[in-house]
Amino acid sequence: MQSAKANPVFRALADPTRRAIFEELTRQGEQTVHALTRRAGVSQPAVSKHLAVLKRARLVRHRRDGRETHYRAQPDALAPMVDWLNAYGAFWRERFNDLEAVLERME
Amino acid sequence: MSNAAESTRSLIVERVFPHPPEKLWRALTESRVLAQWMMNNDFEPEPGRRFQFRADPMPNWNGIVDCEVLVVEPQRRLSYNWGVGSGELQWLVEWTLTPVDGGTHLRMEQSGFGPDQQQAYQGANYGWQKFFGQLEKVLGGVE
Repeated sequence: MQSAKANPVFRALADPTRRAIFEELTRQGEQTVHALTRRAGVSQPAVSKHLAVLKRARLVRHRRDGRETHYRAQPDALAPMVDWLNAYGAFWRERFNDLEAVLERME
Repeated sequence: MSNAAESTRSLIVERVFPHPPEKLWRALTESRVLAQWMMNNDFEPEPGRRFQFRADPMPNWNGIVDCEVLVVEPQRRLSYNWGVGSGELQWLVEWTLTPVDGGTHLRMEQSGFGPDQQQAYQGANYGWQKFFGQLEKVLGGVE
């Protein structure tokens, strides 16, 4: 029902601003914090905070280059979420099978 | 008879049951019947009603799903949100019943949204769908 590995990924992506940042990185490739801030419409400290959450979920990686920090998406980190969705798929199919049996028994 | 369609946009499971919509509605909304195929629960078909599904605890899951009824349209549509892990993860579960020749088509869609977005769940649902849609290409490289 709930995978410990998928949990931080879901939590990180539950926030629309973080989702937008992650999307931006998957679409545009590596970006500096400055470039992300220009597009995100929130302050740079806010963007940095969001990036830290994404980093903890291993959804992004960063590298420093002089004064700039560059961020890059790590789409492989989505794999536990995909597994989790597949597991829920199995859960619902089993429920449907049980429902079928219950309906047969009902008046 | 059985068809399960899933994608990463949201989870959809659907099937045609050779029973009338009234009977399916009872199975979806009568707490005692619901317990026979879902989980123990204190469900009542009233919008705004908070209830729980309770199963045996498992590793990584305390066995409780916290729900709130959102939409009740008898014999047509039922939805509730679905929260696990002390509300950290919120999902929307929507049931749709459509009468078809010789039975009822039942569709369950589970989609995700954040706890901060419960008020505007449809907007949030759209957000996730759009998000997953755009990530499909990326996910192609993961599997």
